Formats: sequence, C-alpha cells, structure tokens
Amino acid sequence: MKMEMLELSINELIERIPWVEEYFSSFAIDAAKFGDKKLEELETSPCNEHFIEKGSNYSAFLDGFFLFIEQVRDLQQGDGFTVQSLKVVPGHDKNGKKEAYSVELKKGEVTAIVGPTGSGKSRLLGDIESLAQGDTPTGRKILLDGQVPTDEERFSTEGRFIAQLSQNMNFVMDLSVEDFLTMHAESRMADELSHTVQKIYDTANILAGETFSKKTPVTELSGGQSRALMIADTALLSPASVVLIDEIENAGVDKIRSLELLVSNNKIVLISTHDPLLALSADQRLVIKNGGIHKRLKTTNDEKEHLKYLEKMDRKITLLRDQLRMGEEIELTELLT
Amino acid sequence: MKLVTIAGPPSSGKTSIIIKTIEELKHRGFSIGAVKFDCISAQDEEIYSTHGIPVRTGLSGGLCPDHFFVSNIEEALSWAKERNFDFLITESAGLCNRCSPHVKDVLAICVIDNLSGVNTPKKIGPMLKSADIVAITKGDIVSQAEREVFAYRVRQVNPRSTIVHINGVTGQGSFYLAKLVERTPAIETLQGAILRFTMPGALCSYCLGERKIGDDRQIGISKLMNFRGDD
Repeated sequence: MKMEMLELSINELIERIPWVEEYFSSFAIDAAKFGDKKLEELETSPCNEHFIEKGSNYSAFLDGFFLFIEQVRDLQQGDGFTVQSLKVVPGHDKNGKKEAYSVELKKGEVTAIVGPTGSGKSRLLGDIESLAQGDTPTGRKILLDGQVPTDEERFSTEGRFIAQLSQNMNFVMDLSVEDFLTMHAESRMADELSHTVQKIYDTANILAGETFSKKTPVTELSGGQSRALMIADTALLSPASVVLIDEIENAGVDKIRSLELLVSNNKIVLISTHDPLLALSADQRLVIKNGGIHKRLKTTNDEKEHLKYLEKMDRKITLLRDQLRMGEEIELTELLT
Repeated sequence: MKLVTIAGPPSSGKTSIIIKTIEELKHRGFSIGAVKFDCISAQDEEIYSTHGIPVRTGLSGGLCPDHFFVSNIEEALSWAKERNFDFLITESAGLCNRCSPHVKDVLAICVIDNLSGVNTPKKIGPMLKSADIVAITKGDIVSQAEREVFAYRVRQVNPRSTIVHINGVTGQGSFYLAKLVERTPAIETLQGAILRFTMPGALCSYCLGERKIGDDRQIGISKLMNFRGDD
C-alpha cells in the first residue's frame, strides 16, 4: 500500500483520503501549489530544506504520514478499546486500613461517589483514570473485564478511554456551536457529519433549560447550556467508555435526563456529588471516608420513593424559576405539599 | 543517570508538571535533580526548593537560549552525576517555537496547554514535532470535546509521540508520565550525542550587539521578506 501511495499525487491522495489534507497543511504542503506532485517527488520539490524549515525533514514527514493514516484508521474502528465492566480491587485508607469492599462498575450503570470534601473522592477517580495497579497511594487495583490490563493497555489509551466533566470546565474555542461540533466530529472521523452534528445539537437543547441556536458562539452559552452541550457531545461523540463527572449541580440543565443519556449510550458513569437527587438516581453509591471506600450501598426502594419526591421538587424549582423570570407572581395555592 | 529534556511554550505548565512527576518518582525511592534554563529571569528556583528538589538555574540573557542550553548541558550532567542523582530533568522554554533542546536517544518531552488554541500545534516546530512524549496540560478547564480535538491536532503534527494528559494543579496524569520517564534508558555521557534538530541559525551584526537599523548595518546571515510578490 505504501509503495502505491508514493506514486500518487497530493491531489489524488486528498481525493482518496480527505483528512490527510490537514496533515499536509501542517507541513505547509499546499494542494494549490504541490497538488500535482507525487508523494515521493516532494523530496526533491519543494525539497528537504522545505521540511527542515517546518521543523522536520522529508523522511520524518513521510514516516509520519503513514503512521498518521494508521492511527486515524484505528480511531475510525472505535479504538478497539471498549470495556464492559471495571472492577476496583480494595486498597487501603489513609491509615493503612484495608478497604472492606471491592466494587464492580458496569456499562449502562451509574455509580455515585459521596463523602465530605477531602475524603478521597478525587483520588478514587484518579485511580480509575490511571488504571492503578497497586502503584498509587491507595494501593487499589483496577481490572478491565475481570483482567489485569497489560502495560501496553495502560499506556496506550492516552486518555481516550475516560471522558471527564466538571463544573470548572468551559469552552474556550472561538467557534459557533455548529462549527465546534463539526470540528469535533471531523477529528473523530464520524460518518454523516451533518447528521451527527444535528443530533448532538438537538439533544443538548433538550437537556438545556433554555434553547440556543447553532450560530451561538460556544463561549457565549450560559452555564447550563454549556453543561448540556458538553454532556450531549460526550455521550454521542466521545470514544470513552467511562465518564467521570465531578459535580454538575448547575441550574439550567436536566440532570436526570443527562445521566439517562449517558447510560443509554452504554457508558460506565461515575459521578462525584453532594446532590441528593443525583446520588439517589445512581444504581449504587460509594461512601468515601478517610481516603478509603467506607461503604457500598445499593439504592433501596425506599430511597427511590424519596427520589420521586426530589424529582417533583426539582421540577417545581424549575417551574418557579421560569415563572419569576417571566415576571409572574406566585400564588399561595401553588405551594408544594 | 537518566536524562530527560522538557521544553514547552512559556506558561504552559512545565514547572508544575515537572514537580508533580518528580514527586511521583521520589515515592518510588529515586533521587532527582533539576536544571532550569531561562532567558531573563526565573523565579522557579524557590518553587523547586520548597519541594526539596535540588535545582540549578541558568539565565541566557542576551544569548539564544537554546545555544546556551547546548553549551551548558554537559556540565549539568556532571553536576547531576556528582550528586548521584538517578534522574536529571532539564526545563527550558521554547520561546521562538523554532528551537528545541531535544537530543537523540535522550527522552524528549514537550509540554503544551489546551488553552493555547487548536492551531498552536501547527505553529510549533521541532520542540513538538520531534518529542517522544507530548504532555498536554490545563485539560481541567476546557471541555472534553476540546481536549479530544487538541490531542488529534497534536497527533497530526507528531504521530510518533505518546500523548499524556496531565493536570499540573492536582497532579492527575503525572503518575503516567513518571512511569514513562522511569522506563527511559540511562546514559553515561553527552560527548558526541546529536541534537535532534539544528538550532535556529543566527550570525549577523545584530547578534554582536548592533542596535542601529539600516542597510549598511546588515552584515552576516539575514533573510528578507518579499513584500512585492503577487499583487
């Protein structure tokens, strides 16, 4: 295949594999200027000096070209790195006392992590993120589908395996919602670009309390709208099988539906939270104390009854907020009982 | 002795991630020294010291910082050997995006941050293109989508590298980086070692202290732009 490609012109290559154009452009190989040149001719025209000028050389450019194609093809085939379940094998707490529970996290399930600030919630997320093998301060081990991951697996994931979402995250790109989603979809080699973009946009608008247009710059979205877009994008476009969420207590985003969306897209969801509504909508919750997993609780039927009440309250709060914003007055008869 | 060269644009988070990585290595019982190469001033010595990390600072002043780096790296290595460190980590700022302190067969890390914009990877030269590891920082304040797009753009300019996402504040990811650093082979000497890329060349009157502007002052190697090309 390599030999064949060397014989092709830049224009022919771009026609066959459109996304290589970006690779060429990072070496200032412009189709308008060099389009007729065969790949192997680039060594003599524009010549090696051109590549040196760009901080590389012809042979590195060529090796990189084939490597890049290989990597993108892997990306298109879904990374070959998805898992059905994660198991946290007990380590120890800050005093060296062994943790009492091992925990299984499954695809399509939500696990809440609760505990006071500083208790070790982030450490647990960190252990999962690094696929700890007894080599982090907690001594925990993480198994993938019941197996110890190989070193190769641990180091080759490059963060693609876990997506993260936290209250501190903001959009920083100077792009409209549509252009932003298109750019992300392109980098993911998604099929049917416009369809994917439309789906994420529609979903985000369902999650957000207030709708926004595709032309809105992402930096101008409200807190709730940003959160909604991030969640929809992560659920529908991120390759990650695991989603770690650090607080989404933001007003203006439908929290329950957000979790449902992630779960229905077969993600393993972990959410570190102080919000009773989120904690109880999880399938199970881990109580963290003094750096260790202190308890593992399944959400009981009684708790689910409480959840129904909390959801009712949450809807009421949303309603009241909308009414107040519209300039309405609130009557005593509307008091929630 | 294991040597690691770390470079990256100013304020990308080099010092923070070096400190986090050194702390990880210390947990594993290694001793580590650091050398910071900078231009005008470096306030990081104190930060290293508060973390109990032996450090030496070199300021290039009026010289090209990367030429300065090459002139001093061997002595840095000798210093580290005398102190019996297991690792020596050098930190230098890639100020013109064209320089690179990376040496063949010496682990080369480039630090670059998510906030610098998706077009930045293309603008950085050999410092990024020839690095073995690209550490991407400040991922905790941008969206997942932006992190993924940024990493893809890095891949576009350097498909050979291993990408590590790292948070300089919490240290998340430094565990990985420390593991990769630990695997690097030891070296005895830099005598005869080869830079991965030529330094930016400069030998003209202005290098020698000329300040006046004018045709007659331009002596030596210079490069002129074409302003009257295609109109």
